[in-house]
Amino acid sequence: MTGKRSITLLAILVSSLFFGLGTAHAGEGVEGTAKADKLTSCVEPTPVMRRRHFEFIEHQRDLTVHQGIRGSKHSLAGCVDCHARRDASGKPVPVNAEGEFCNTCHEYAAVEFDCFMCHSTVPGEK
Amino acid sequence: MSSTSDQGRRDFLKKAAAATTTVTLAPGVVLHTLQAQAEPRTTPVTDKVRWGMLIDTSKCVEGCNDCVEACDQENGLDLVNKPEGADDALWERQRPQWIRHVKLKDNMTGRITNLVMMCQHCEFPPCVDVCPTGASFKRADGIVMVDRHICIGCRYCMMACPYKARSFIHADVAEKLTRAPRGKGCVESCNFCVHRLDNGQTTTACQDACKHQAIVFGDLKDPDSPVSKALKAYPSVQIRDDLKLNTGVRYTNI
Repeated sequence: MTGKRSITLLAILVSSLFFGLGTAHAGEGVEGTAKADKLTSCVEPTPVMRRRHFEFIEHQRDLTVHQGIRGSKHSLAGCVDCHARRDASGKPVPVNAEGEFCNTCHEYAAVEFDCFMCHSTVPGEK
Repeated sequence: MSSTSDQGRRDFLKKAAAATTTVTLAPGVVLHTLQAQAEPRTTPVTDKVRWGMLIDTSKCVEGCNDCVEACDQENGLDLVNKPEGADDALWERQRPQWIRHVKLKDNMTGRITNLVMMCQHCEFPPCVDVCPTGASFKRADGIVMVDRHICIGCRYCMMACPYKARSFIHADVAEKLTRAPRGKGCVESCNFCVHRLDNGQTTTACQDACKHQAIVFGDLKDPDSPVSKALKAYPSVQIRDDLKLNTGVRYTNI
């Protein structure tokens, strides 16, 4: 409990530090502003997510479209909601923008992905 | 003999007690069910429900565009912009529309009928018959949809639909809603605001927007739903009923 609290405090401290510096200009994600930054792990353990996140969401998309299941922990909307950072003015930054969560890894691994040709890149309405 | 009858009496009492427990529990159970429905769906849709609609053309007013605008906002169609340099007339014909206002005139009598036309959510949908990839499909609860993950954009379904209900997205769409994904090269149409239904709501955007109460939406398989009651009370027709598609959208006063 105290460990968790100290982590949260640390996260707040770090993010306030960045806000204070004011280095990030509009349109660039500010460190520590994504919901995920305040959590210790994703919906599955991190190594599992790194290896298999695409399987999870590919399987989930069929269940959602064909069977109407929306209350699942593996959802693309969930990924975006949690991993999108905000810029200095508080506006959400697209997760596939340069330097943002999805882009960083996919750029490094040279793997193209098509999710955001159709899906929203910022957290949205319900 | 007496012990047998006693046993019977005991069983009866047990059952009665059980029944009472159920009754006592019932309000709690009902409450629980309602809460579960307000949450996003976690179980697959079933064919115990068939979503349908009744449109009263006598209440539909000429010049009113409320349902169309509500649909555009709900499903992000107002975010689809005319491609650069596209011809105005062409854009007007080709821009995505899930619901359209249609005005009919009987040339013999001069009688004018106003109605809205959208995907009729057929029981036997021609768009599903012709789809080469299985992208066009009917969900268990009767909603006819496009799985745009496997749509190849061939547009056979648009040719097959007798109601001209489907639209094709010709160009990249810059801004999309989370509830309404959309991309270049796929076909789409009215899905009875499926994101609402899956999240526990029971109305569509067009129905909510219609201040004339011309649209009644609900479960056709539930005899107590407003749509079933209205269908029972008033004479209604299916458009192009000669095709025997058993549409989920019906019309009165046509």
